[in-house]
Amino acid sequence: MQLEFCGICKQFGARPVLRDISLKVPEFQSLAIVGPSGGGKTTLLRTIAGLEKPDSGRLRIGQDWLAFTEQALLAHRRSIGTVFQGYNLFPHLTALENVMLPLVKVHGVARGQARDTADALFKRFQLLAHAHQRPAELSGGQQQRVAIVRAIAIEPRFLIFDEPTSALDPEMTAEVLDCIAELRAEGRPLIIVTHNMGFAREVSDRCLFIAEGQILEEGRSAELFSAPQHPLMVNFLAKVLRY
Amino acid sequence: MLMQKRGQPVTLAAQLLSWCLVGLLMAAVFSFAFSQLKYGWNWAAIWEYRQKFINGWLVTVAISAAALLLSLLIGLLTALAQRSSVLPLRYLAVLYVEAVRGTPLLVQILIFFYVVASAFGLNNRYVAGALTLSLFAGAYLSEMIRAGIESIRGSQRESARAIGLTQLQTYRYVIYPQVVRQLIPPLTGQFASIIKDSSLLSIIAVGEFTLNAQEVNAFTYSTLESYLPLAVGYLLLTLPISLVSRILERRFHFAT
Repeated sequence: MQLEFCGICKQFGARPVLRDISLKVPEFQSLAIVGPSGGGKTTLLRTIAGLEKPDSGRLRIGQDWLAFTEQALLAHRRSIGTVFQGYNLFPHLTALENVMLPLVKVHGVARGQARDTADALFKRFQLLAHAHQRPAELSGGQQQRVAIVRAIAIEPRFLIFDEPTSALDPEMTAEVLDCIAELRAEGRPLIIVTHNMGFAREVSDRCLFIAEGQILEEGRSAELFSAPQHPLMVNFLAKVLRY
Repeated sequence: MLMQKRGQPVTLAAQLLSWCLVGLLMAAVFSFAFSQLKYGWNWAAIWEYRQKFINGWLVTVAISAAALLLSLLIGLLTALAQRSSVLPLRYLAVLYVEAVRGTPLLVQILIFFYVVASAFGLNNRYVAGALTLSLFAGAYLSEMIRAGIESIRGSQRESARAIGLTQLQTYRYVIYPQVVRQLIPPLTGQFASIIKDSSLLSIIAVGEFTLNAQEVNAFTYSTLESYLPLAVGYLLLTLPISLVSRILERRFHFAT
């Protein structure tokens, strides 16, 4: 898939979060966005996800420029799968109902067919035994995997992950990252914001480094991580990879 | 064997035995109290008025049921008003809730009936009584509903938005079912409160259960025989409600 940012600005109150972001990201299947906290990476991701309207600027995803009207954003959100860092699932619904809700209510799939889709995915991700449990009865890793199943059940154009493992312990992190790696191996386009540099490097073919509201470096992940150019990225990698 | 160890289930035998012990203790206390009374019981006089008790009891049930429904509506509307972006509307709702929760029901009944209702030409004391009770309970329900809506995390609305639910669908499938589930246990408790509070309507001569018992007492001079059935009549209503409330609480319990 392709992405193009054109003069994107966003402020929260008096604080600029995205400062005139302009970049054409070449064709990729998997894009990682990394950078220090508060640098603007999550805001940029939320803009791509149709959850945030920029104050100005344009965004092209694939062939189409995204119109930032509520109507167009709703249609856009319905066409992609988004997984947040935690608390994705609705606590009053079972895992199965969580997956079926968007299929039935948003995409108009018949209940029986939605169930079959959900069952097949639960089986694939070893979640069948937990289909009828509520989120509170599941581990954090299982909850995130159910959230991923919900995101891919609707056959999205691409997937978006916003720090999907930052609320998990290391063992569960591995279980969720395995799941994402598997989706990538299937050839699904995805964009991921993560603090896990090893995973970012392994899973993505291109990478953006964002700090101070700007994209400071962009390139092929293999090259970017082994030979970063921008001093802030060198500094950032040195810090996060020290331990 | 009458102790529950932490995390262990209680056996049926232990439950039964414990309840028997409690029953015996209460029986001993009350039979001692009544034996000291040297009271000439006259149940025959009360039996003559049994229909009066039944009628009063039915009026209490009817007024409480009407007040519950109306208070639910008032509570819902004022809860939404408390969250409104229209400031005068919000402040009106806040003032209503605080004023009602801060004053005794007895005072509200007197003021509403003798001042407000008569000024507006509402002379039916049953309607006025049910309205006062509804306004009273509505203020408490308003706070419960508001807290229920506010307890749904922002992250859930965000998640609903991300999967493409519209605003209306978010209320319908995400917020509303959770608020209702949270609300059912306190709502049943509120119903029990309304039933007991309705006894205060006797001061404006609404012919409910308590007023009828007072009248029977005046006719027969048999105070205890008039008021003991009164207690039993209220327990007949409130005990099943409290039981149902416990069952529902268990059924709808889920951690968020």
